[in-house]
Amino acid sequence: MAEGDGSGKNRPRLALHVPEPKYRPGDVADFSHLDIPPAGKQKRPDEACAAADTNPLCTDLIRVLGDDDQAHGPWDPRLSADKMRAILRDMALVRIFDERMYRGQRQGKTSFYMKCIGEEATSVAAAHALAFDDMVFPSYRQQGVLMVRDYPLIEMINQIYSNKADKLKGRQLPIMYSSREHSFFSISGNLATQYPQAVGWAMASAMQGDSRIAATWMGEGSTAEGDFHSALTFAAVYNAPTIFNVVNNQWAISSFSGFAGAERTTFAARAIGYGIAGLRVDGNDALAVYAAQLWAADRARSNDGPTLIEFFTYRAEGHSTSDDPSAYRSAQEQNEWPLGDPITRLKNHLIAIGEWSDEQHDAMDKELDEKVRAATKEAEKNGILGHGLHHPFKTMFEDVFEELPWHLKEQSEQAIRERELKWPK
Amino acid sequence: MAEVNKAEAAVEDETATAPGERRINMIQAINEALDIMLDRDPDVMVMGEDVGYFGGVFRATAGLQEKYGRTRVFDTPISECGIIGVAVGMGAYGLRPVPEIQFADYIYPGLDQLVSEAARLRYRSAAEYIAPMTVRAPFGGGIFGGQTHSQSPEAIFAHVSGMKTVVPSTPYDAKGLLIAAIEDNDPVIFFEPKRIYNGPFDGYYDRPAKPWKSHAQSVVPEGYYRIPLGEARLVREGEALTVLAYGTMVHVVESVCREKGVDADILDLRTLVPLDIEAIEKSVKKTGKCMVVHEATKTAGFGAELAALVQERCFYHLEAPVQRVTGFDTPYPHSLEWAFFPGPIRIGDAIDTIMSE
Repeated sequence: MAEGDGSGKNRPRLALHVPEPKYRPGDVADFSHLDIPPAGKQKRPDEACAAADTNPLCTDLIRVLGDDDQAHGPWDPRLSADKMRAILRDMALVRIFDERMYRGQRQGKTSFYMKCIGEEATSVAAAHALAFDDMVFPSYRQQGVLMVRDYPLIEMINQIYSNKADKLKGRQLPIMYSSREHSFFSISGNLATQYPQAVGWAMASAMQGDSRIAATWMGEGSTAEGDFHSALTFAAVYNAPTIFNVVNNQWAISSFSGFAGAERTTFAARAIGYGIAGLRVDGNDALAVYAAQLWAADRARSNDGPTLIEFFTYRAEGHSTSDDPSAYRSAQEQNEWPLGDPITRLKNHLIAIGEWSDEQHDAMDKELDEKVRAATKEAEKNGILGHGLHHPFKTMFEDVFEELPWHLKEQSEQAIRERELKWPK
Repeated sequence: MAEVNKAEAAVEDETATAPGERRINMIQAINEALDIMLDRDPDVMVMGEDVGYFGGVFRATAGLQEKYGRTRVFDTPISECGIIGVAVGMGAYGLRPVPEIQFADYIYPGLDQLVSEAARLRYRSAAEYIAPMTVRAPFGGGIFGGQTHSQSPEAIFAHVSGMKTVVPSTPYDAKGLLIAAIEDNDPVIFFEPKRIYNGPFDGYYDRPAKPWKSHAQSVVPEGYYRIPLGEARLVREGEALTVLAYGTMVHVVESVCREKGVDADILDLRTLVPLDIEAIEKSVKKTGKCMVVHEATKTAGFGAELAALVQERCFYHLEAPVQRVTGFDTPYPHSLEWAFFPGPIRIGDAIDTIMSE
């Protein structure tokens, strides 16, 4: 223990602050301390405004759907009923897909899965506001983007099962999708790395005089990574046409958002210091999510610069199939969450304006469930994890480099020899 | 295949230039390679700290921004993570970025982007996305650079699957290898030994430095040419001993062997991954003795891989244990640089040992 010369002994003792979430297992959760402003009260500046003009929106909460199930205020994107039903349908598909894949993991059909229950709007509604060829750099909880872009469910399941039809040849952990055709960047397990990559892609698009922009996502926990800082610095310096989505679902595995700095300020407010536009949005309000993403997309597309959007939401389930949230947070939190459920809220809005009904919703859920069930069945014909239907051994050595160098050729031959020893003909 | 360069027959310290010959240093050769590739391929772009207007702290990018404009050659924030990360994204878009890291010692903040992203992108996406980038970084010691301007971190990169590692040792090779690296569709780490930017170094720090113009390999064609990655250069053909080296050490080894009159077969590996294993095997099977020389620290250095490969593949031809002559397992010191550097005494001693076996 270091000691001074004694001259400072009259000073107050320093104290280390270690953040602690409000509720632990067994606690009664109460979110009444959260400042949830009424829907429709937030100003909507012009997309071409100075970044600093968005400062008030970084600590506010942009909301459209009110408790009365009606849309309010200047951020209402005034979507057609068809468009809203399309968003609702994609969110419902994501949830049903998640439930089935989660079950598949529990049944041993694959090693791992991650749901996005409660956060469907943050990917689905956002993706609906982008052009199909805008490049998406997702984290692992944006499966909704693929659904919006009509990526075949069977391809997603093939990847999750790592079977012989998996386009990624069984090399990647389940849900680490990639589809160039759908402008969906290869997902990496390393957090936040996609942020500077999205900026680089957007810079390239600008360098080439293209019209496409880049959108990227990460969780609030990942904002603590250095890549977040690098990305925002580069985006600001080069005015790169990038949308930075931060999905603040309150939890990074077992660590509450306080460990990413949430006790001191909002995540949207990080934009201010970089000179980037920032918006803080009700992440369970699909219309607000859509409107904010469109605002940022229009801004980027007009060379007015990047935007950071914080989606304030709640991770309703465990981090992954390997996680049990009852070990670190109150089981009540999910039900007490004041922003409700994104699917229910949009559904109720459509019903309130006479464009939807419970019967239609149930019928849609049933149809989507059958669709997912059929795709699952079809994918299982290509094999499930560990049941022998995988890619040939030699494919393990391909694509490390464009061409197979001598050492990988030798190791490939070794792997094939081992297979013959293990399973003699 | 490795081939004896015919120009190598020219005697050193010969400054005479044959008609039509052009002698340049390694910096100029690198600058030319970048110039040629920027001109040939509109997807090639150059970025890094101080590389734009100023032309680089070693002048490697001098004049390029003026010639190709600020959207092709530009300065970046001081963020290696950002530089490598945006380069990966640019590669995904379809560009061919050539980012510079000012010193190899400062590549570590970009390591996650290099190891987890650039090197794995082709594999994890089943070739949907690639990272056709060339990361240039001045490397190596011998310049009183102390701990953070002298490192040789090649072993870290050679250990990463999906990444190619190149170290040139002459102006001729620097230009041809850099062009090949930029054209390569895999991520390449291009380490430039800064001790020999301006002239070959024989390890005698107390003698006057020699300029490149006295070296045969400073004769560099003006236009486009490439040296394939994965091919070693036979610096000198001999029978008594095989020496495997790269970068600055090629010149030190060559000088020591000449002084001691050892008839060594000296291979400049040029590319560490993929390695020219054929050239190595052929040489060691001929000489029966092998010495590995590098500036980097010894433990788990690239020399360990070379020694293991030689042992595995040439065991029955070996007449002596493989010798490793390397930097010591310490951070690179400032004042004791010449006690750390694997110079003529350490190399000479190792040669005496291996030749007496």
